[in-house]
Amino acid sequence: MSDATLRPIAGINFNSFRVRAALILAAVLLLGIIGIRFDSSGTLHKIFVDPFDQMVSAPDLLVQTIWEGLVSGVLYALIALGFVLIFKASGVFNFAQGIMVVFAALTLVGLYEKGVPAFLAVILTLGVMFVLAVAIERVVLRPLVNQPDIILFMATFGITYFLIGLGETVFGGNPKQMITDQLHLPRGAIELKLFGGFVSLQKIDIAAAIIASLMIAVLAVFFQYTRIGRALRAVADSHKAALSVGISLNQIWVIVWFTAGIVALITGIMWGARSDVSFALEIVALKALPVLILGGFTSIPGAIIGGLIIGIGEKLGEFYWGPLIGGGIESWLAYFIALGFLLFRPQGLFGDKIIERI
Amino acid sequence: MKTSVLMKGAALGALLAAGAFAAPAFAQDSIYFSNNAYRTGPFAGSGIPIGDGMRDYIAMINERDGGVNGVKIVYEECETGYDTKKSIECYEQVKSKTIVYSPWSTGATLAAIPRAHVDKLPILSMAYGLSASADGTQFPWVFIPPLTYWDGASVMVKHMAAELGGMDKLKGKKLGLIHLDAPFGKEPIPVLENLAKKYGFELKLYPVAAADMQNQGSLWLSIRRDRPDYLYNQGWGAMNPTAVKEAIKNNFPINKLVGVWWAGGDDDARAGGAEAKGYKSLNFNAAGQDFPVIQDIIKHVVDKGRSTTPKEKVGENLYNRGVYNSMLVVEGIRTAQKLTGKKVITPEDMRRGLESLNIDEARLKEIGMAGFASPVKISCTDHSGHHKAYVAEWDGTKWTQKGDWIEPMKDEVRPLIEANAKDYTEKAGNWPKRTEPCEKSS
Amino acid sequence: MFYREAGQFKSTYQADMAVFPIKQDRIGLAIILGIAFIGIPLVGGDFFISSVMIPFLVFSLAAIGLNILTGYTGLISLGTAAFMGVGAYACYKLTTFFPDVNIIVLILVSGLFSAAIGVLFGLPSLRIKGFYLAVATLAAQFFLQWAFVRVPWLFNYNASGAIEVPQRTLFDISLTGASATPETRYFVCLVLVVVLTWFASNLVHGKIGRSWMAVRDMDIAAELMGIKLLNAKLLAFAVSSFYAGVAGAMMIFLWYGGGEANDVFTIRLSFNILFMVIIGGLGSLIGSFLGAAFIASLPTIMKFGLPALGVPLSGATAEHVTFMLVGALIILFLIVEPHGLARLWQIGKQKLRTWPFPY
Repeated sequence: MSDATLRPIAGINFNSFRVRAALILAAVLLLGIIGIRFDSSGTLHKIFVDPFDQMVSAPDLLVQTIWEGLVSGVLYALIALGFVLIFKASGVFNFAQGIMVVFAALTLVGLYEKGVPAFLAVILTLGVMFVLAVAIERVVLRPLVNQPDIILFMATFGITYFLIGLGETVFGGNPKQMITDQLHLPRGAIELKLFGGFVSLQKIDIAAAIIASLMIAVLAVFFQYTRIGRALRAVADSHKAALSVGISLNQIWVIVWFTAGIVALITGIMWGARSDVSFALEIVALKALPVLILGGFTSIPGAIIGGLIIGIGEKLGEFYWGPLIGGGIESWLAYFIALGFLLFRPQGLFGDKIIERI
Repeated sequence: MKTSVLMKGAALGALLAAGAFAAPAFAQDSIYFSNNAYRTGPFAGSGIPIGDGMRDYIAMINERDGGVNGVKIVYEECETGYDTKKSIECYEQVKSKTIVYSPWSTGATLAAIPRAHVDKLPILSMAYGLSASADGTQFPWVFIPPLTYWDGASVMVKHMAAELGGMDKLKGKKLGLIHLDAPFGKEPIPVLENLAKKYGFELKLYPVAAADMQNQGSLWLSIRRDRPDYLYNQGWGAMNPTAVKEAIKNNFPINKLVGVWWAGGDDDARAGGAEAKGYKSLNFNAAGQDFPVIQDIIKHVVDKGRSTTPKEKVGENLYNRGVYNSMLVVEGIRTAQKLTGKKVITPEDMRRGLESLNIDEARLKEIGMAGFASPVKISCTDHSGHHKAYVAEWDGTKWTQKGDWIEPMKDEVRPLIEANAKDYTEKAGNWPKRTEPCEKSS
Repeated sequence: MFYREAGQFKSTYQADMAVFPIKQDRIGLAIILGIAFIGIPLVGGDFFISSVMIPFLVFSLAAIGLNILTGYTGLISLGTAAFMGVGAYACYKLTTFFPDVNIIVLILVSGLFSAAIGVLFGLPSLRIKGFYLAVATLAAQFFLQWAFVRVPWLFNYNASGAIEVPQRTLFDISLTGASATPETRYFVCLVLVVVLTWFASNLVHGKIGRSWMAVRDMDIAAELMGIKLLNAKLLAFAVSSFYAGVAGAMMIFLWYGGGEANDVFTIRLSFNILFMVIIGGLGSLIGSFLGAAFIASLPTIMKFGLPALGVPLSGATAEHVTFMLVGALIILFLIVEPHGLARLWQIGKQKLRTWPFPY
C-alpha cells in the first residue's frame, strides 16, 4: 500500500486498521465536543445532539424506523444473496439479479392474469427460472468460459436488456398487483402500543422476514449437508480442483443460477407485495450493490449482515439527519456507508482477504 | 484499408438511408398527428391508458365523422419510454410532419420549447410542462390548457380551506408536499411557499428520489413524526401506488391525501385495496363511461376490436384524460379550419387554432362531453386559461367527483407566471420576439 | 495487395514510433476526416445529423474518457454520467457568470470542474480495486445526481429546475440555442472531438499513458518500478472526468439544447457508456468510437430505420424487440470477440495486409 508517508513512530504501527480507526474516532469526538462548545449558530447541535434527543423523546418512532430498516435490509440482503451465490460459484458479477427479481415476479403475476391458478403459477414460474438458468449457462456462460471478469459482467448486462425486452413483450409494460391474497400471504398490520406511541408492524413484512430466514436456513443446510452443496462449495473454492475431482462445472452453474432464480422469485413476491410489480423495481435492486461491497462478494452471512446494516443505517440517517440537508439522502447514503467501511476493509466485512503477489 | 473504408462507406450509406426516409407517404387530404407515447419503461403504467385514450378518440372521430370536416387524422405514436433522449429523437423525427407536438413528459417539453419557437411548431402540453409557458406573449408556440401545476397547487390550498371551513382556518395548519425529486415534482413549491406565507400555514417538503419511488419507508416515518394535516402528492408512475400503500400502512387519514391530477390513476388507488377508499386527486376530466363521447368510442372503436384497452377499462381516469387531450387537438384543428378556411392545415394554422380555442358548455354538449370537463378558453396572452379543477375521490372501485369545480387563484399564479416567463426568455438570450399577430376574435 | 507496408522505409526513430506508421492508414484517416467534415454535412439530413451523428460524437468523447480510466488504467467506474453532469452544470454556471466568453472555451473549461470532482471521488481508488471500486463510484453517481436536483444554485434557482441553453455565437453564427442549425452544432462537436481525440492519443502513447498501462497490468509492480500510484491513478481520474465533463457540456449545450438535465445523467447513462467502452474494446481509442456507434446509434437506427425498410414494427413492440435485440447483440459480440470491436478492426487490417495471398 502507498502509505510511505506514515512512518512508524515509537512502536505504534499507523498502518494498523485498529489504530487508525481509533485515531479517527477520537479526532471526530474531539472535534464534536469542541464544536458544540463554540457553536453559535446551533448547526453542530442539530447534527450531534438533536437527533439523539428525538430518539429518546419518541422511542416508538425509533423502534419503527429500525423495524423499517430491518425489513428493507432483509429485502436488500435477499437480492445480494442472489449475487453472492452466483459470484461464489462462477465468479460472475451478476448484474442481472435485479432484473431477474422483476422478471420472476412478472412471470408469476402474468401467468396468474392469464388464468393459471396461483400455486400452479408459482411452480410454472420456477420452471421458467430453470429454463432461464439452463439457457444462460448454454448460451452465455459456456462460450464465455475463461474470459476476464469484466467481460462476463458485461454479458450479464446483455441478459438484463434481453430480459427487460422479453418480459415487456410477453406480459406488457403496465405495473401489476402482486397476488398476495391468492398466495395466502397475510395482509394488514399489528399495532403494538409502546412507550406512549405505537409501532405498526406489517404482517407482510413479518412474513418477509420469516420467509427470508427460512430460506437462508434451507440454503445453509443445502450447502452443508447435500452432495450438490458440497460440490458447490468445492467449485467456489477452486474451479480447477473441483474439475479434477469430477465435478461438472456446467451442471453446478445451472444449479446456482436456478437457485438465484428461486431467491429472485421470493424477493420479487415480497417487494411486489410492498408496492407493485413493474420495471421500476429494477432500480431498487441497485441498492443491493452497497450491501455487497459492505458484506464482501463471497460471503452469504456478509450479504445478510450487510443488508441489515445498510437498511437500518440508511433509514436512521434519512429519518434523523436527512431533514438537515433537505431530505432524500437515502438515494446515496447507503453507498457512503459502504464506502466508509471499505476504506478500512477493502475486501468488505466478510470478504476473502485480497492477497496480492507479483 | 480499402475494404474497410468501403465498409465504412457502406455502413454510412445504410445510416443515411435510415435517416433519409423522413416523410412516409400520407395522403394530401389528411392531417398527420404524432403523439409521444410511453408504453414501455417505469412509467408505462400511466402511459398505456393515456395513449389508448388518445388513439381511440382520434379513431372514433375518423370512424364516426370521417375525420374533422371530412379530413382524416393520421395518428401515429413515437415511443419514448418517458426518456428525454428518445423524446428529442421523436421531436426531430416528426417536426416536419406533425400538426402539433405532444411531448407527454415535462423533460421532453422543456427540451422542445426552444426548438419549437424556431421550427414554428406548436406544442400542446396538457396540464404539464413549463408552468411559465402559459404566458402567450413570450411563448406563442406553447399551450398548456386547461391549467398549470401552479394552479393545481392553489386549488389544493382552496380545497384544504374549504374542508377546514374557510381561508382563515388555514393558519397554523401543516401541509406536506410529497414530490418526485425532479423538476416535475418541484413545480408546485414556489406557489405553495407564497400561499403558506400569505395564509399562515406551514409547508413541509417530502422529496422522493426517482430511484426510491418504491421505497418510501423512511419518508412516511417523517410524515408520522411531523403529523401534517394534509398531504399533497406531486407524484408520477410507480411512486403513486407506493404512496397510497404507505399512507394506509402508516395510519395517515387517507382522505387527507390529495394527489395532483397525474396521481389519479385507477391503478394508483387500486393498489391500496379497500382501505384506499377516500383517496383524493385533483382532476379536470370526469371518469366513467356515462358520457356520449365515451359511448361513441365504445361503439365505433372498442366494440370493433380496434382498441388495445379492454372494454371494462375504458372510462378509467387516465384513459379519459387521453380522450380529453385528443379532444383538444381535434377542436384545435377545427378552430384552425374555421379561421383559415382551409381543410388541410399547417402547424402555423394549428397555432392560430389553438390560440383561439373556445370550447364553451354548448360546444362540450355537441361533442358529447357535457359534464366531462369544464369549458376551455385560450387567448392570445393566456395560453393556459387557468381553468377550474375539481377534487375526485376514490370510492373503492372508481373515481367520483366530490364537491364543486374549484377556480384556481389566478391572481396569485399569473404574476408568478409572467415574471418567470420573462426570466426564462431573458436568460435564453436572443429569444425570438413574438411576431405572430393575435386573432381579432380573442 | 493495396494495404501493406512493403516499400515504406523508416529512417528515423520518430517515424518508427508514429501512431499511424503505415501510409495507407494515414490516407484512410484523411478520408474518414474528409467524410466527417465534408461528406456528412453535405449528404446527411437534419434528422440524421441531429439524432445520429451528434449523439455519436458526444458519446464517443465520453467513451474515450471512460476508456482512459477503465481501459488504460484498469479502474472501473460507474459514475461517468455524474461527471458528465458536473460538466454540464459547470458550463451552465459559467455561461451565467461569463456571458461574453466564447461558448467553446466555456465547454472546455467546464471539463476542469468535472476533473476536480473526479479526483475527489477517485481518492478511494488508492485502497479499493476491481468491482469494489466500481460500486464505490456509484456513490459519486448517486450523490452528484442528488446534488443536481437539490442545490438550486446549480440551476440558478429556476422554478422549473431546468437548464436553459442561452444563445451564443461565434462570428455571428449561433452555436448554441435553438436557432443554431444542426450542421453548426455538428461542426462544433466534430472539431472538439477531433482535437480532444488527438490529445488523448498523444497522452496514451506517451509516458503518462505507459505509466497508466503499467498500473493497469499490475499496480504493485508498477509501484516498484517507480511509478507513483497516487499520481497516476488520480491523473487518470482527472483526465477521464475532464473528457466526461466536456462530453456532458456538449450533450446539454449542443445536443439537447437545455431541459431537465438531472434526468439525463442517470445511472443508466453510466452503464451505457461502460457498454460502449467494453463492446468497442478496452484500451483502444478507435474502439471508443466503434462502441459509441454501436450502442448509441443502434437503437435509434432500429427504431426509425426498420419501419422505413418495411419491417412492420411499431410503438411499444418495436421498443421491446429493440431491447431484446440489443441484449442479444451484446452477448453475441462478447462471444464472437470478447476484446471488442477494436480487435475485429485489427484482425481485419491484419487480414488485409496479406490479402490476397494469406500464406
